[in-house]
Amino acid sequence: MDVILLQLLNGLDKGGAYALIALGLTIIFGTLGVVNFAHGALFMLGAFCAVSVQALLTISKKVKDESIKFFDAYKEIPYLEAWWGDTGAMIIDYAVPISILVAIPLMLLIGLGMERGLIRYFYKRPHAEQILVTFGLAIVVQELIKAQFGANPIPTPAPEVIAGSANVGLWVGLGESVVYPWWRLIYLAFAGVVIASAFAFLNLTTYGMVVRAGMADRETVGLLGINIQRRFTIVFGMAAVIAGLAGVMYTPILPPDYHMGMDFLVLSFVVVVVGGMGSLGGAVLAGFVLGILQSFASMNEVKSILPGIDQIIIYLIAVVILLVRPRGLLGRKGVMES
Amino acid sequence: MMFAGLSRNDKLLFAGFTIAALAMPLLAWPVGANYPDLLQKFAIYGIFAIGFNILFGLTGYLSFGHAAFLGVGSYAAVWMFKGVTMNVIPAVIFGVLVSGMFAALIGFISLRRSGIYFSILTLAFAQMSYNLAYSVLTPITNGETGLQLSQDDARVIDRMFTEQTAGLPSTNLFGLEMSGYPGFYFCCVLLIIAFFIALRIQRSPFGMMLRAIKTNQVRMNYTGFNTRPYALTAFIISGMYAGLAGSLLAVTDPLAGAERMQWTASGEVVLMTILGGAGTLIGPILGAGLIKYFENIFSSYNDGLLAESFSFLPDFLNDALVFVIGPFVGEGWSLLLGIVFMAIVIFLPGGLMEGLARIHGWYRRRGQGDAGRKVAKQAAE
Repeated sequence: MDVILLQLLNGLDKGGAYALIALGLTIIFGTLGVVNFAHGALFMLGAFCAVSVQALLTISKKVKDESIKFFDAYKEIPYLEAWWGDTGAMIIDYAVPISILVAIPLMLLIGLGMERGLIRYFYKRPHAEQILVTFGLAIVVQELIKAQFGANPIPTPAPEVIAGSANVGLWVGLGESVVYPWWRLIYLAFAGVVIASAFAFLNLTTYGMVVRAGMADRETVGLLGINIQRRFTIVFGMAAVIAGLAGVMYTPILPPDYHMGMDFLVLSFVVVVVGGMGSLGGAVLAGFVLGILQSFASMNEVKSILPGIDQIIIYLIAVVILLVRPRGLLGRKGVMES
Repeated sequence: MMFAGLSRNDKLLFAGFTIAALAMPLLAWPVGANYPDLLQKFAIYGIFAIGFNILFGLTGYLSFGHAAFLGVGSYAAVWMFKGVTMNVIPAVIFGVLVSGMFAALIGFISLRRSGIYFSILTLAFAQMSYNLAYSVLTPITNGETGLQLSQDDARVIDRMFTEQTAGLPSTNLFGLEMSGYPGFYFCCVLLIIAFFIALRIQRSPFGMMLRAIKTNQVRMNYTGFNTRPYALTAFIISGMYAGLAGSLLAVTDPLAGAERMQWTASGEVVLMTILGGAGTLIGPILGAGLIKYFENIFSSYNDGLLAESFSFLPDFLNDALVFVIGPFVGEGWSLLLGIVFMAIVIFLPGGLMEGLARIHGWYRRRGQGDAGRKVAKQAAE
């Protein structure tokens, strides 16, 4: 029972990340009809927002280390700490949550810039060319990050208060055997909040209603005198923000490096396809389902029956889904079914 | 016989290609690329790109998992070296056959879908093979270390004729060692054969059928053609080309690793083909050569070397140039590749070959324009 609970949490956690990236991907596909291979790069850019914020906060000056008497030793003290003492140290400690505030406007700008600068010229071109050009963009972004931050993963720890683990077992009455890192629980909650607000925005606001109408029938909405293109551009920016936030929050779990975007991209495409191209609910559902299945497949009991299943389960499911139900779990009939 | 049905232009093209391929060491000399290791890479990746082009360029199916066949070909060839003989012929044949069968299996499933779904299916299969090669299939692939030759391999046939010597044996073609220029010429001959087969496919009714699939598959189906066997055949041929390239990689350097199957490797062949010009005969080879050449040249540059090569300039100009160009060479050469690739997709979807064709057309039009004006002038007089 303990193991199952633990794997369930693991799966939900992984699924949260998949769902967030896949949600953005499928929003972009549903609105603009563009297959965005650079979406993983947006996820990675978000993660590097956190890295940059941390680097900015810890800009240091050299101070003589008084504790060493034999020779002149210097140590680096961040300016923030030098100015404000403990308050400064606390700000540095909270680098990751703070970077959320930075990431939102920044990712929005990047998203808008990307759509206006590149993607809009590709609406009318075949999907293959969209894949190719965004693939090229992903390489460029990835290499820029590599040139700036180097090839090694950069650790960006979570705030100290929540560095430990939560006693999840105790909450559900299973004793003290199941503990789980606080940050991962926060990530899960955060994913839930972001997904819920995206859905609320699209389903409960007038703006979202118009966007959905545009997804269903772009021409009619245009004929009604609504500038649907501009709304779609903003929706693209929103998708970029979602991917970026997923990246920011993921940094304490996985120290970011330049190719993390590509690693997640392949998986999240599979998630989108399993959920159904253009279906928001499908992407979220498939994200969590695949995350949970993957973590259960990596249990030793399962692996001893089907060796290697943990490595391929996601792809295997995608293959099966594509062959028996090509529109995906929740895909609308007739969308990209051929 | 061999050339029956080819037009005069095609014969010229083939003759020109053969000469150019055989004279590659001479042609590559002015740009400093005339060492065998790099030349072998030109030939091998040329074959890989030709094969990819048979699928993508002709039928329009964009496979994002082609590196899987390359990897399978490498593994198969190395196993042949380990188990049977160090002669390269059986290894190459085995590599091509195994990857062909693998391609038949994957193609049969993937080709049930088209468009982006096809891309994702092939991607999924390639990632599966990559993950499996790293984990469960370790007895076959030797996991992270990669499959290598070792002293106590069986090598059944070799043992019958020769005594075991100290040190690892090297790959050979009936005694001729496959390193350096002999290795290059072996790859080169296969490249020429591969090119010839691609040329014949492109000019055959079968090739016409493939191009019809790209243009309008629905219409093909309505006229009563079952397009899937044709697409599947193209997929298998293209997988066999990839397997050939993979086994040649093993011939020139007898080891195989799973990283050859990673999806970034599949992305590379896509880059090569698009860069050169998908659907053209020469384009993919050109793209493969260019990418491998610049990868080799640029990745060896660093800021010091760069500063040296601009040392004839005044200091501040030199510094400025190094500052501007620095990020694009050495480690960052992929950045340059990415930018060039994006520019090609945006402005020149037909690749470099389309660029050449445009320049050619422009010259001809200008020439005609002159002639036209002369005629007009004469008429006016």
